[in-house]
Amino acid sequence: MAEAIIVEGVTKSFKLANHKTIKKLAVNAAKRRPLSRSFTALKDISFKLDEGESIGLMGLNGSGKSTLLKLISGVMSPDEGQVLTRGRIAGLIEVGAGFHPELSGRENIYLNGAILGMSQQEIDAKLDSIIDFSEMGEFLGSEVRTYSSGMFMRLAFAVAVHTECDIFLMDEMLAVGDQPFKRKCLKRISELKKEGRTMVFVSHSPKQVLRLCNRGLVLEHGAMVYEGTAEGAVRKLGYDVAEDDEDSNDGGG
Amino acid sequence: MSVDVRDPSAVPLEPMVNPGRVGGLLDVFRRRYLLKLLVRKELRVRYQGSVVGFAWSYVKPAVRFLMYYFIIELILGERSLENRPLHIFAGMIMVTFITNALSAGTKSVVKNKSLVRKISLPREMFPVASIMVSVYHLVPMYVIIFLGCLLTGWHPDLGALLAGVMALAVVLTWGLAVALLLSALNVFFRDMGNIIDVVQTVITWTVPMIYPFSIIADRFRDTHQVVYELYLSSPLCIAVLLNDRAFWVPSLEQRQVGLREELPEYLYQRGVVMIVLGLVFVWIAQAVFARLESRFAEKL
Repeated sequence: MAEAIIVEGVTKSFKLANHKTIKKLAVNAAKRRPLSRSFTALKDISFKLDEGESIGLMGLNGSGKSTLLKLISGVMSPDEGQVLTRGRIAGLIEVGAGFHPELSGRENIYLNGAILGMSQQEIDAKLDSIIDFSEMGEFLGSEVRTYSSGMFMRLAFAVAVHTECDIFLMDEMLAVGDQPFKRKCLKRISELKKEGRTMVFVSHSPKQVLRLCNRGLVLEHGAMVYEGTAEGAVRKLGYDVAEDDEDSNDGGG
Repeated sequence: MSVDVRDPSAVPLEPMVNPGRVGGLLDVFRRRYLLKLLVRKELRVRYQGSVVGFAWSYVKPAVRFLMYYFIIELILGERSLENRPLHIFAGMIMVTFITNALSAGTKSVVKNKSLVRKISLPREMFPVASIMVSVYHLVPMYVIIFLGCLLTGWHPDLGALLAGVMALAVVLTWGLAVALLLSALNVFFRDMGNIIDVVQTVITWTVPMIYPFSIIADRFRDTHQVVYELYLSSPLCIAVLLNDRAFWVPSLEQRQVGLREELPEYLYQRGVVMIVLGLVFVWIAQAVFARLESRFAEKL
């Protein structure tokens, strides 16, 4: 089977400048202080994912999971190595980015859909399904700034899960919403998986990883310490699956 | 909810690509539906909550126009200029477009930082959208100047039409290039907004908008060649002169005199040069943008 994602020797570090103004820069230079500090978020990460496979990225907070996801989504580019992907990428990362509070719910569906790469026809075709999923009904005509945070997230999720894509990315998204909506999201994600999407899933929840992923990858301080089956990754982390209560431990962090 | 089960073998294999993409301006064109929505959003949102709303876009230039007109014509008016309102307005269309494009274009990427930081899309989208918003605001200004021309007895010729199109081409290419360049630089140095304010003051006075070109020609053409050519080396200056050629000169009673005295020699050739340079500049600006873009997400 063909690869969907290739990550090859990827390293990413962030420069934190010690100066904000030319004055500070000059002072630092004169005193021979370092002008910037560097922080390595990812060190030499390599893995491949075939089409239709799903992988869970696991690790403690600050281990580099989200950075890796951003590199795969193309928001950031690696310093060394390369990331290659095949097909359209979408997912539940930063849902609601691009929503404008002054536009109505319906207008935001179109704007956000277009931002996520959908065409007008595609959005037209999925509009009913999106509205249905969001359970918004009569509120669609009002401006988004009048929405409660729950309504906002439901709408944002509804658009995101309806994006036509080949690779689906998720970043601990199930931390929001009430139980029924969460369950609905999980169901939809299982459907996407059945449809043959390649999935990358950042999560703290072993239960979700075991349920959704067939492969797992564990990061520790930016280095890859395990790459193999989902079960192996969970074991490597030492999380106890029995302890993982879906109500308290879903995502978060 | 539809479940379209895909047969993996039926899906043709696309080539593997860098998800950070490198399509540049071409990608913006490919996703013109998104561009359209971004422009529409900008137009909707800009004057949200203001009573006068969209009219603000015209109140400001209208006041500026009246100020220029009355100060020059009534206070400094020792040398009266035929159809001065048309002369000022022809210049103002170009200057207003460029100043709008500069200020909105420069802020465009930073203003959309939540999108830039979180979602992978062609970031050229934002400066391009801001330019298109400025283009949208041009339309009523052209309507006004057409009406003004018809009222004063405008006799357009083919040269006028050509000049008008070229004027637009000059400001569009240079406006896009500058917007691309400055929007990217503004991510790293937030000083750009202030620099733009300074530039705006300068460009208002270094183009023949408030005063006629003949003053510059009389004063510098024969005695200070360098100053004269420097004055004409500004793309905005050429755009203003071309627009004068399109709207103001054909409205003059003695058109031949106007053509000779109020416009520089080789105006069309200069226009072509500016358009070509503008296109080159767009290409360079796009290359710089593409280079800086890879660090946008972490800088914002």
